[in-house]
Amino acid sequence: MSNITNQSLSEILESIKSKKISSLELTQAYIKNIENAKKLNAFVTTTFDQALENAKKFDNKPNNEQLLSGVPLAVKDLFCTENVKTTAGSNILNNFVPSYESTVTKNLWNNGAFLLGKLNCDEFAMGSSNETSFFGNVINPIGDHLVPGGSSGGSSSALAADLTPATIGTDTGGSIRQPASFTGTVGLKPTYGLCSRWGIVAFASSLDQAGPMTKTVNDCSIMLEAMSGFDEKDSTSINKKKETYSKNLKDNIKGLKIGIPKEYRVDNMPKEIDELWEKGKKILKDLGAHLIDISLPHTKYALPTYYIVAPAEASSNLARYDGVRYGYRSQKGKDLIEMYENTRSEGFGDEVKRRILIGTYVLSSGYYDAYYLKAQKIRQLIKKDFDDSFTKVDAILTPSTPSSAFKIGEKTNDPVSMYLNDIFTVPVNLAGLPALSLPAGLDKKGYPLGLQLIGKALDEQKILNIGYAFEKNCGYKNEIKKWWS
Amino acid sequence: MSKEKFDYFINGEKGKYEVVIGLEVHAQVLSNSKLFSGSSTKFGADPNKQVSLIDSAFPGMLPVINEECVKQAVRTGLGLNAKINNYSVFDRKNYFYADLPQGYQISQYKNPIVGEGKVLLDMPYGSKEIGIERLHLEQDAGKSIHDMDPSSTYVDLNRSGIALMEIVSKPHLRSPDEVNAYIKKLRTIMRYLGTCDGNMQEGSLRADVNVSVRKVGDKNFGTRCEIKNVNSIKFMQMAIEYEANRQVELLEDGKEIDQETRLFDTKKNETRSMRSKEDAHDYRYFPDPDLLPLKLEKKLIDDLKKSLPELPDNKKERFIQEYGLNSYEANVLVSEKEISDYYEEVAKLSDKKLAATWMIGDLFAMLNDKGLNISNSPISAKNFAELVQSIKSGEISGRIAKEVFEIMIKSGDNPKKIIESKGMKQQSDPKELEKIINEILSKNKDKVDQYKAGKEKLFGFFVGQVMKLSGGKANPQLTNEILKKLLKG
Amino acid sequence: MSLDKEKIKHVAKLARISVDEAKVDSLTKDLNSIFKFIEQLNELNTDKVEPLTSILNQSLRSRKDEISDGKIREKILKNSPKKNEEFFVVPKVVE
Repeated sequence: MSNITNQSLSEILESIKSKKISSLELTQAYIKNIENAKKLNAFVTTTFDQALENAKKFDNKPNNEQLLSGVPLAVKDLFCTENVKTTAGSNILNNFVPSYESTVTKNLWNNGAFLLGKLNCDEFAMGSSNETSFFGNVINPIGDHLVPGGSSGGSSSALAADLTPATIGTDTGGSIRQPASFTGTVGLKPTYGLCSRWGIVAFASSLDQAGPMTKTVNDCSIMLEAMSGFDEKDSTSINKKKETYSKNLKDNIKGLKIGIPKEYRVDNMPKEIDELWEKGKKILKDLGAHLIDISLPHTKYALPTYYIVAPAEASSNLARYDGVRYGYRSQKGKDLIEMYENTRSEGFGDEVKRRILIGTYVLSSGYYDAYYLKAQKIRQLIKKDFDDSFTKVDAILTPSTPSSAFKIGEKTNDPVSMYLNDIFTVPVNLAGLPALSLPAGLDKKGYPLGLQLIGKALDEQKILNIGYAFEKNCGYKNEIKKWWS
Repeated sequence: MSKEKFDYFINGEKGKYEVVIGLEVHAQVLSNSKLFSGSSTKFGADPNKQVSLIDSAFPGMLPVINEECVKQAVRTGLGLNAKINNYSVFDRKNYFYADLPQGYQISQYKNPIVGEGKVLLDMPYGSKEIGIERLHLEQDAGKSIHDMDPSSTYVDLNRSGIALMEIVSKPHLRSPDEVNAYIKKLRTIMRYLGTCDGNMQEGSLRADVNVSVRKVGDKNFGTRCEIKNVNSIKFMQMAIEYEANRQVELLEDGKEIDQETRLFDTKKNETRSMRSKEDAHDYRYFPDPDLLPLKLEKKLIDDLKKSLPELPDNKKERFIQEYGLNSYEANVLVSEKEISDYYEEVAKLSDKKLAATWMIGDLFAMLNDKGLNISNSPISAKNFAELVQSIKSGEISGRIAKEVFEIMIKSGDNPKKIIESKGMKQQSDPKELEKIINEILSKNKDKVDQYKAGKEKLFGFFVGQVMKLSGGKANPQLTNEILKKLLKG
Repeated sequence: MSLDKEKIKHVAKLARISVDEAKVDSLTKDLNSIFKFIEQLNELNTDKVEPLTSILNQSLRSRKDEISDGKIREKILKNSPKKNEEFFVVPKVVE
């Protein structure tokens, strides 16, 4: 029983169903792990009392018909949770307690799970290393000097360190897949519109998408099934029948056509990333898939495009943090305008301010056409690249990131080098497509590396199936020493 | 009707100037709930009671559009003879203000829901067409209250997120009178359509006024100033007058006009620069990524078109054709839908022309006097029609009718009943009248002789005596005829 | 194109963020390196390309005109740094 927490979500659900373990025992085990893992700084808020209460409630009246029966889950602190502080990793929301629950978390609770705590993240999900959080950086369980990726770094760290059986993050430019890749876990960014954005602190509305972060592909399909679904409160939510991803999970991928885009081989990419990609191709080929060379010619423009579109939307989305209705308000300033300027200057961290300024600039009079409009045109081209490719292939295989986890502080003084981390993940957000990051191997330092499977819009089942087959044949296993406890 | 000539010009030392005016009218859409949230739009609620998490822009809140507001905008567009765009886009207009919770207003910038249209004005110098540039949907802001506390401003978000239609005119207006006619016409059209109640006191109709001046004959426009948020026609007219004269004075002094936003100070009756708003006005419009483009199906537009009520211009034409009214009468009677409804009910049951005369004259004077409007008139259309019919049929005279009318106002009674019970019926029986007249003639033999000798103005005296003796009920026409006959004999 | 300090201060004003004078230099440097990166896009001729307005190929969904929200003043005001029973309270606005 002592190592229940290092099992997969599906194994844990099995144990609960068969009464091998009670929800209370499970919850207590996680609480113990969390208390021993303070060094990782993965949590902003814990809700232990509430979780224990919910576990007892479940044990008294177990309902095992649900997807997530009796399971405690920690979630990224970007999801608004009713009566539980929600900070988005920012000083400006340091004391914000929503009176409402995000649709996605509500879906999880409606499926039998309950909240264990709120996970640290980059401030307003802006970052690739979880170093921009007001609540301090998060440490990767892989090594005490390593970043866990970002922005869902608290999520990846907590998952890899067995502090939650599964979790959810948000992905605007790679914020689920890159940290999953850095911690040897599975992360899925669903099709734009599959999971409701209602109640999630917005970063860039046309790119943001919540998704699962799990230890296995099967867990990922369970979580996706639980969290996704049409929401009439989100005008960009796709109205379609709910899918049963876990039931339909199959490992037969014979005959599927897998595209290999030549543009994902970038300059100065470590040789081991290339080797990993080759390994991935071989596994899929051995499973009967056909590899097809494809071209996504505008790939190199995706990241600069992203750094116009995302900050532009963010500059507007973050205008509501003005110290009037909630959150931090500076006491300095003699009138309303000074109150705004001081509140926002003191409330936001440097990276957020930088992006607000970029976004404000690219939308401002005289620059709109040269930047924002240009970016929206290139976004069209990037989308078209994918549309064209998907007439020929079922899915696309690429590396998830151009490197493994880097050192804390290594890139904080060079924003562009930090941004380059998302070079393989960003195109997918711009095109609104689903993509799955799978742990695929280790580099020579022994740090995990991931491969990314990109699917057609709403083709989550197919990339989950490919991932499922891949996982069975890859032989990857996370070996994390619990050095922190 | 005699046509006057347009003559609103400002005379300076260096020439004669004309005033060029364009209006951006903000009309509150009639709907139960707000444009992007389910909060009520009702006027006069306690502060912050009609506010949802969306209206107050809590983190993670998202807009979902109200279908009725879209339909109302389309109806209004159709009423303005405008092009309905089947593809339109919602944009964010970014600026900071205490009563703008999102830090942006959702509006439509490049692709509005309604394109070019026109409005016809009836001016004393003829009819004039005013072009409409566009109509778009947008959110209203909340309210900042500056006078409740010496050191703080209070913010009420009840109005935040209510749907507005911004109706932008072309710079076709040339005088305060035309502005008056234009606003009233817009208001009438929207009230006919039921898309805006046009209540200026409650702020349902406000306007930003763009004013410039140029020498008569100049082809190019002068530099314009925008006077923000004026909420009554009177203030609009005063502001235009002040602003046009201010600009002419500047030009006469050889000075330049700054293109700027100005505020009309209703206490001092002058406009002044709003420099505070100038410093950083760069709205950074871009398509709202929380919303998708709005695509209207042709069927929806066609259905709305079919269900439109008859609009004032058409109704006026019909009143002239069908009821034989003159242009002035028709204009007055179509100015409010309720008035035209009342009139048509009356006209169905009585003489159409006489009904119009009596409505525009006595009925309106009475309503005006009592501060009432047609929908709460103490006299029902049916009773009013009966009164008109009693006059027409000769049952009562016009003079008696005025008395009956007074009693109707007080009692709300049916005119027939009043006439019966008070014995006010006109004496129209020739035999009875002859009797009365003979009695008078025999009593005034001397005057009859004088009349016969040529003093014809005594005729009036005899009529007066007849009226006196009959208690005012003698049919005047018959009285005249019989008197003439008997005096000849 | 390069961003100078004045331009950055103007943009910061638009964004209602006060910029610490001591940090302007490093901010200028960072923003310029980011814009240098962004300006790779100028290589691409996009004259004939339609901008993307929405990634979803569907029309805007609408809701019925029903009153379904509001009357939650307490919840609305609860998190405000300064308020009274009825209003949000902000420093005096001078117009």
